[in-house]
Order: sequence, then structure tokens, then C-alpha cells
Amino acid sequence: MSNDILKLTCRELRDSIAKGEVKSSEAVSSVFAQIEKYDVSIGAFLSIFKQDALKRAKEIDGKIAKGKPVGALAGVPIAVKDNMCTTFGTTTCASKILENFRSPYNATVIEKLLAADAVIIGKTNLDEFAMGSSTENSGLKKTVNPWDKSRVPGGSSGGSAAAVAAKMCFAALGSDTGGSIRQPASFCGVAGLKPTYGRVSRYGLVAYGSSLDQIGPLTTDVADNALLLSVISGHDEKDSTSVDEKMAPVYDFSAKIDEPLKKLKIAVVPQLFEGADSEVVNAVKDAIEVYKKLAAEIIEIKMPHFEYAIAAYYLIATAEASSNLARFDGVHYGHRTKNPADYIEVYSKSRNEAFGQEVKRRIMLGTYALSSGYYDAYYLKALKVRNLIRGDFTAAFQKADCIIMPTSPTTAFKIGEKTADPLQMYLSDVYTIAVNLSGVPAISIPCGFDKNNLPVGLQIIASTFQEEKLLRIAKMFENHTDFHKRRPEL
Amino acid sequence: MAEKKIDMQQVRQVAKLSRLALSETEIAQFADQLSAILEYVEKLNQLNTANVEPLAHCLPINNCLREDRIKPSLGTEKTLANAPQKDEQFFLVPKILEEPGGL
Repeated sequence: MSNDILKLTCRELRDSIAKGEVKSSEAVSSVFAQIEKYDVSIGAFLSIFKQDALKRAKEIDGKIAKGKPVGALAGVPIAVKDNMCTTFGTTTCASKILENFRSPYNATVIEKLLAADAVIIGKTNLDEFAMGSSTENSGLKKTVNPWDKSRVPGGSSGGSAAAVAAKMCFAALGSDTGGSIRQPASFCGVAGLKPTYGRVSRYGLVAYGSSLDQIGPLTTDVADNALLLSVISGHDEKDSTSVDEKMAPVYDFSAKIDEPLKKLKIAVVPQLFEGADSEVVNAVKDAIEVYKKLAAEIIEIKMPHFEYAIAAYYLIATAEASSNLARFDGVHYGHRTKNPADYIEVYSKSRNEAFGQEVKRRIMLGTYALSSGYYDAYYLKALKVRNLIRGDFTAAFQKADCIIMPTSPTTAFKIGEKTADPLQMYLSDVYTIAVNLSGVPAISIPCGFDKNNLPVGLQIIASTFQEEKLLRIAKMFENHTDFHKRRPEL
Repeated sequence: MAEKKIDMQQVRQVAKLSRLALSETEIAQFADQLSAILEYVEKLNQLNTANVEPLAHCLPINNCLREDRIKPSLGTEKTLANAPQKDEQFFLVPKILEEPGGL
């Protein structure tokens, strides 16, 4: 029975629970059995809430038995990245500085999941403060790729992607500042969406790059992704960057998910295929052929500023990070150094002792880019280039409904392969970063496998607040392929 | 590599601004790594941006105003719950000012 439950999608599980065919408590037990069996070797979770989750599942089962109305995710076991604040358990950001931090409030997305009657089963590993592309920067735990345990799951939402791929939850939330949902989704063979900047409230998401951060779902298929997005979207008066209903109406994005787009026009950027591995390029080209068979028109475009995105990003994101992470001061919460000589050492030693190398490196780079004498040359220059990059997207969406490219230039790389050279690690974000700089939505879905049986991700990018269209385009591909149905042998 | 973009002395200065008590090993390592990254970001200078406005964020909104009304807040107990050192009402930190009369 439990293995059958794990084969269900979120929608199927929810519907079965609502009909009384499956109990939420059975689904939760199945997921914990899976975690107990496999997470020792995968390491996706930083914390799990077995007792509380079972209790909650039984409450939801009780509501259903009494015929009471329940939410859109009633009884479905969900995991969340551990940079989203929860009043239960700890919120660590995979950092030693927050190892014992217990949030006094819930992030808005957590409140929304709970209001939809989801069961939050645990919190997943990440690169410390979401800074990284492999989850190797976690200060607390190592996570491996369920498809090949000698490889990284991607990052920074590596724990969430690995947990979904290994069916240790039915869906998960991640956050994406430069590709941190899409790239691990690509490496782990799941669907990962970065919504439009402003679509989802970031209240209670521990800030990294505030003009770029966005929360989104990781799921086994596109329709589940649409369902999760519908639950977490919407204006929040606690986040002034979340937009109102007029600009971005919220409705059930999964309702029309199976309606294919007529007269679909897809843009491809041939110059961008040059930097990717041939197996990745071939899988993406095959995906384009699938769309051609579905009567899509393919047009070739140029995005002349795309190649400058990494350089602009690592100045803008680090500048914002240096400011955001100033709050970790050893005074209000988190680690404090023992026996500081003076109050300056409370800051400087606490921070130095508890931040990992990548976090320090980014704080240093951002502080430098904002410092007197360098601000114009680095930070301001990067913001101007950001405008040019966004211009490339605006021009593209005047000609096409979406842009298609790889999510990552490679499939999952080996653990330790890129840790010695930070710049090499940054360059692995080449296809995802421009999307964050431009605020537009993008999804990664599995579109093939390389010779090592590692998933390849297809990235589809749409215009601002066009998530419904984006998801329908992604679903067209899914309806004609079965890559999303393959699961790793654990 | 040509002359480093950022030397150890500059790294020390940035570390001070960042409130990071880096070790000498870290300072040397960051001088190398940050120089390589700064070398890379130089590529932005290939673009002429003389007539381009900076883009700080992508939303078509500027100010968000709301009514100024009192709402429940966390309260002292919850606010202090995670403090490394505290008493009943305050965060405790080492002395910042000299004793009066000590000047």
C-alpha cells in the first residue's frame, strides 16, 4: 500500500484523501518510512517533524470524515527549504550562526500551506543562506543527488529537489535568487518554478538578494507545480514587494493546465547553446522538435547582453547580501563568540566563527562593490547592465510567447568538483541568473537523460506574470514525453 | 596573472567594514579569490552604459503606503527568546561607553 501511495501526484493524493480512499496519516507514514530508509544516504532533511505531522494528518483525516470543507492541499506531505521561518522546529539557513534559531513567527508561505491543510513534514538542506549551486556550502549537512550519490543535487535548494526526486515528500518549496530552484530541479529530474518577482510573498524568507529572491515550488510534475503556485501566490501586506491582485490575479493555475497553446511561438537563442555540454544541447534540441510537432513556430533570436548576467549578478546579489546579513550581529539571535574583548568583537568574531567561507566571500565582495570609490565602477555599472539584460527579455517577448534554453550547461557534477574555485561554481549559473535580474518567471522540467542516466533540465522562460501560460507550455511537453515519470533507483 | 585587483591590505579594510575577524590565511585566500572574481566582472566594461538608467528592481511600483495603525507585535518575551545573552527586558552586550568620570 505505502509504495502505491508514493506513486501518486499531489493532486491524486489530495483527491484520494478527500474521497476517503487514502488517509493523510497513511501518506505521512509512507513518506517517513521513505525518509527513514533513504535519507541516511541522501541527506535532504535538516529537520523532520514526525510526531507533529502525524498528529496534524489525523486532524485533517478527522475533518474529512466529518464532511468538513478542507483546503487545496488537504493532507498532502510537503517539505520546505530551511530558510523559511517556522514557529515549529528550527530555522537554520544551514548556517552555524542560526543553528539553534527558533522563529517567533511563520513565513507567509508557511501560513498559506497550513491554511490549505498541507502537512509540513520537514525542512530541507541548502547552501548556507542560499548561497551556492551545489548545496556543498551547507554549514550543517551534506546532501547528495538521488540519481548518483557521488554527485551534487544542485543548489541552493538541493535538499528540496533531492527530497522530491526521492519521494520523501510529495512537493517542496525552494527559493531562487540566481537559479536556486531551477538548477537543482534540473539536476534531480523534477519540475521547479521561479515565479515572477512579486508573485509570492517573501515575508519570513531569510533575505539574501532582496531584489532577486523569490519562493517557488518543486514538484514531480507541472500540474502539481501549478497547484502549489496557486496556494502560495498573492499580495501580502507584510511584503511591500508582493504585488496586488490587479497586477497579478491569483486563481487555480492548474485549472486550464491541459489546454495547449494555439499559435505558440518559441524563441531560441543559438549563441547560448555554445557553452553547454553536447548531451545537454541535444536533449534541448530534441525538446524543440517535440514542440515543432505540436505545431509551435520556432524563431531564432539574439540576446546580446545575456552573457553579462553572471558578472552583473555577482555584484548586485553580493551587495544586497552584505547589507541583509549585517543583521547577524551576535546580539539579537544566533551565535555569539565567547569572551569578546569589546563590543566590536561581538560582531566581528561571532560572524567570523559562524559564517562559512562562501558567505564570507560574498559579504566581502558585496561590501567592496558598495564601498566608497568602487560603488560607481562596480555596483552602479552592474545595475545599468541589468537594465540592458532586461531589455533583451522585453524585446524577446514582443516576438515570442516564451524562450527555451538549457537550465544548466551540464548535468549534475561530482561532489567536490567545483568547490576549490568559486568562479567556476558561479559560471554554472549561466542560464538561470538573467531571469532573476529581469524578474520574469521560468520553469525547469526534465527533458532527457545523459549517458550516465542523469536528468537534463529544459528551461522555459515567459514574460512577467505569465505563469499560467508558462505552465501550460511546460505541460504540452510533459503530455508528449515521459521523462518526468522516471524515478531514481535509490 | 597581472597585478591583483585587490591586495591583502585592501582585504583587511573590507573585512573591517564587513565586521569579519578574518584569519591571515583567509585574508590571503580572499585576496586571490576576490581578485579573480573582480577580474571576471571587468567584462561589464565592454558595454557602453553612458545612456542607460540603473535598474535596482523589476517592479513597476515605487512607494507602498498603508494606514499607520497599531497592530499586535511580538512582545518582549518572544523578541528576547533567541538572544545569546539577556535579562528580563533587554539584550545584554559588553560595555560600549567608558564609565562617567573616566575621561
